[in-house]
Formats: sequence, structure tokens, C-alpha cells
Amino acid sequence: MVKYILRRFVAMIVTLWLIVTLTFFLMHLAPGSPFNQERNTSASVQENLMEHYQLNKPIAIQYVHYLNNILHFDFGESITLPGQTVNDLLSRGFPVSFELGMLALLVAVISGIILGVLAALKHNGIIDYIAMTIAVIGISVPNFIMATLLIQELAVNWAIFPTATWATPMHAVLPTVALATGPMAIIARLTRSSMLEVLTQDYIRTAKAKGLSPIKIIVKHALRNALLPVVTLLGTLTAGILTGSFVIEKIFAIPGMGKYFVDSINSRDYFVIMGTTVFYSGFLIIMLFLVDIAYGVLDPRIKLHKKEG
Amino acid sequence: MVETILEVNDLHVSFPTYGGTVKAVRGVNFTLKKGETLAIVGESGCGKTVTSESIMRLTTGDIVKGAILFNGHDLATLPEKELRKIRGSDISMIFQDPMTSLNPTITIGSQLIEGITQHTHKSKSEAKEVALEMLDLVGIANPSERLKQYPHQFSGGMRQRIMIAMSLVCNPSVLIADEPTTALDVTIQAQILELFKKIQKETGVSIILITHDLGVVAQVADRIAIMYAGKVVEIGNRQEIFYRPQHPYTRGLLRSVPRIDKEEEALIPIPGTPPDLFSPPKGCPFMARCDQAMEVCDHYYPLTSHINDHHKVDCWLQDERAKKVTFATKG
Repeated sequence: MVKYILRRFVAMIVTLWLIVTLTFFLMHLAPGSPFNQERNTSASVQENLMEHYQLNKPIAIQYVHYLNNILHFDFGESITLPGQTVNDLLSRGFPVSFELGMLALLVAVISGIILGVLAALKHNGIIDYIAMTIAVIGISVPNFIMATLLIQELAVNWAIFPTATWATPMHAVLPTVALATGPMAIIARLTRSSMLEVLTQDYIRTAKAKGLSPIKIIVKHALRNALLPVVTLLGTLTAGILTGSFVIEKIFAIPGMGKYFVDSINSRDYFVIMGTTVFYSGFLIIMLFLVDIAYGVLDPRIKLHKKEG
Repeated sequence: MVETILEVNDLHVSFPTYGGTVKAVRGVNFTLKKGETLAIVGESGCGKTVTSESIMRLTTGDIVKGAILFNGHDLATLPEKELRKIRGSDISMIFQDPMTSLNPTITIGSQLIEGITQHTHKSKSEAKEVALEMLDLVGIANPSERLKQYPHQFSGGMRQRIMIAMSLVCNPSVLIADEPTTALDVTIQAQILELFKKIQKETGVSIILITHDLGVVAQVADRIAIMYAGKVVEIGNRQEIFYRPQHPYTRGLLRSVPRIDKEEEALIPIPGTPPDLFSPPKGCPFMARCDQAMEVCDHYYPLTSHINDHHKVDCWLQDERAKKVTFATKG
């Protein structure tokens, strides 16, 4: 187990390095620079700025320099927001994004599983049809449409929830719902099909033959096996929720990381682009790692310390 | 007279499908006596498994008609909640495929213990003692270590032993074994059959053994019921069935089994296939494959003839009016 974690850790570092390298060079390949936007600045000013941010050095030197910096967790300083380091932005934006993301993930997982299980138990019944209709809508409607629809109906027409920003729990409801519906729908559909399959398994019949109650059979024998594929999906869903939150944060004017991420790309704020990308990647890699660990705990057939299954 | 413990009367089980209703079991009658092993034999699709699963109402089909009498209850109509008290405690079941019948994500110990705590007031540690005892009884070495393991850490034969242990934890009076040795190789089969004999001797449990393997039947069965197209066509004790088979189908079955004591005797298969159970024939279902079929077989299902106290058969050849027919077979 320890050996496995160590090996995974090394792989994680390598993955992260690849992402840093790729993003770094892609970013510099893209046309434009942080300084030639709206304002017409003189050539000497431009040069001074380039000098200040060390952008006039050869790209290879910049790359080595940058790698060295992030090894010391120094992500540099924002170009468009002078005086603010990327670390400042991250420590301010991340807690908000994390809160929104985790809320959405929690809502998506819990409601998705409940919906899926109910649909499977009432297979081809009215509950099944309702649940799957919700799921299809959830999958087909993009979250930015969902978000604007929610704002229009629940915030403007009905005035139940505030339209935007991030302050009270009431403020969190709409963005969470908008962010959670897609993943929830995916989880619901997967849980349903997986549950339906598990319920026909021989060991469910064995459990029935033992005289266990239906609830015990579902919770102890069926659900755990049915959730294995769902757990596998969690890693990718987390990624989906994170990237989805960029859009949602923008729509609801939530001061999370997504806002800085989108803005930084528009303004070619190199250090913020790199910082947020590296941070998101790192976070995602860790999430995927946790999912793998969880998978091993849920399914004893998967041995983490051995190569063979 | 030995006490009857389970009685199945005129059991009908059907499966509604898009293409029509499959009448899988069409009036099965048999009794199970205390401490005996009743084998239900027949080819694939004749309704053996449906019959056995119907006893515990585990079948996905509908019990259309009939009664399953056990301890003064009719299991065919007993409320689900009451039935759950009987499942796993008074009647328990072993299934065909030990590779898939155990839950892969739960330890053997937990799967054994949950059956015990479900039906008794034993604490977890008391239940664990029982589980250990049962694993020992079915011949699993090192039971306390094994309790913590998962099904994938056991071989097929071992898993079937665990299934047997699991079925015995509440000291049932009836044990239904649905093809318990079919998925195992021959040496393991012999061990499992020996185990059944040993358990029956020690606990006095009555066993219903579902199988298509007459070799297995010859080893362990006290009485044999031959099923064909959803009906029990012949039932009798082992001697009667093996040495004085009366139904042409039973004879056909026996002729198609290789015997080590008779040299150079060709195996004679039964030609044809069983009837379609979407629309079972009005008369005798075996008629189309029977070389002694008569006019009456096409129109009426045979009446049950009592050969003697231990032997019943559903065949028109036994009718007094058919006595003129001479048998071409060696018998």
C-alpha cells in the first residue's frame, strides 16, 4: 500500500510537470501579450514592462526560471492586477470555488444516487420515467442555460433566491443547483443501470434466500456493488464540476478562482494562467488519486499493491 | 410412516413475456419426508429450478395456482413478511453457481453472520461462533482466518462449501440444492456429495436435490422425481426408478447414461426436443418423442397410476385398457 502510494506520488509529479510544460509553451505560442491591449503604450514602456516581468529573455530561460519558482510554491505576480501575487488570488478564490464545487458535488452525488436507486427499484414504473426524464433534461441542458433559466424564474420572476454574488447560504442555492444538475443526471443514469444489473445477480437471490429484508438487501448487498462504476466516474465528474464552475462563477459573479482563470486568459496574464492551471491540475490529480484509493476500499478484488487484479 | 415435512400440490408457475405466457411448471405434486433426500431430475428447461425457487417464492415467475404446505403454512400465499422468517431459517437454499452466488464485496464472515443474526437473537460474537462451527463442519480449514476473507480468495469448490455452510447456519429442516455440483469438476462433485450425506446424517435435514445428472442421483437420492415439460411424470424411490422405470421418458433417460458395468452397449439418445411451453400440448407432453405413443396420448394427459406405495407414474401405458401393448425394450 505504501509502495503503491509512493509510486502514484511520483507519477503525479511527472503528470504535473508535463501539464506545466505543455501549458507554458502553448501559452507562449498563442498570439498577443499582456501589454498590447486597449491602451497604446510607447515602445520603451513596453520594453520596460517586458524587462520587469523578465519576458524579454529567451523562452527556455523563462521556462527554467518558472519551474524553479513553482518548486518554491512561488507562482509569480499578476500582470493585470499589479501588487497581487497569484498566491493571493488563489488563497482568496479557491475557498469560494472549493465550497461551491463541493456543494455541487455533494448535491449531485446524493440526489443522483437516490434518483438512480429509486428508478431501478421501480423499474418501468412512473417513478422510473420521472427520474429518467429529469436525468435526460439534466444531461441535455448546458449549465449556463440552466443558470440563466434559474435566475430568470426563481430569482427574477419569483424572487425566492438572490440573483447573484456569494454571501449567505441562500446565495449558494442557485449556482449549486445549476452546477449540480449535469453531474447529477449522469450519476442517476449510471446508478440506475448499474443497480438494475446488480439486482439480477445471483448473490442478490442468495441474500433473499437468507430471509433478509428488502432494505437490508438493497443497502448492504446491492448498493455497494452498484456504486463501484459511479465511484470510477467521480474523478471525471469532479473535473467537470470544476470546469463547469468557471462558467457558473462568471454568470453568478462569484469571486472564485474561475473568474480569475477566465479573465487571465483574456488578458494574457501569463502568471495567473499558469498558476491557476497548475493549481487546478494538481487538485484534480489528487482527486483522481483519492478516487482510486476509494475504489480499492469498496472493492476488495482490487488490490492496490499488486499489479494483477 | 415417516412424517411429511413439505408438500407441493398442483403447483403452476408461469412467466408472462411479450411473446405470451410461458407455462414453466404445470401442476407439480410431490411430498418431502423428514430426513430424506428427494432428487428432482429432468433435462434443461423442464421446470426443475422454477419448482425449487417457487418453494421459497424466489422465482421471478407468478405462482398461478397450487399450494406449498410447510409446517401448516401455505408458502404460495403466505405474506412476504412471514415468508422471510422461513427463508434461510426453516428452509434454505444452495444455488448452482458458487462463483456468482456470494457477494464479492463482503467478507465470508459477514455473509455467514448476517443470516444468523437475521433469524436468531444471538449476538455478533455468538453468531461468529456458529459461523466458525459451520465452516468447520463443511471442511474448511483455518475457519477463523477464512472468515475475514472475500469470495474471490476461495476456489469454486470452497465457495460451494461456504454456500452450504451458509444454508446450514440456522439449522433448517429443509435444504434445497439447485444443481449444487454442476459447476464443479468431478472430484470436487464427489466431495460435495459426500458432504451432503454427512450433513444429513448429523442434522437430519431433508434435502431436495435438483439435478440433471443421474450419476449424482444414484449416489445420494432416497426418492426420485422425474420432471418433463413442467410436470412430474414419474416419482418413486431410488430402487424403483432405477430398476423398474415405467415412464418411457425415464427409460430413455436411463438408457442415455453411460454405465461402467455393461460393456459395448451403445448409448441411446432420446430423439427430438421438449415441447414449447408457450403452448404446451393438451395430451402427454412426451408423446412426440415417445416410441410407444398411442391415440389417447394426443388428447388427454395421462391419469396418475400407482405402481405401488412408493412409485407413481403418469403414463397411459399403465392404464388397464393399454395392457395389450407389449414392450419392445429390455427394461
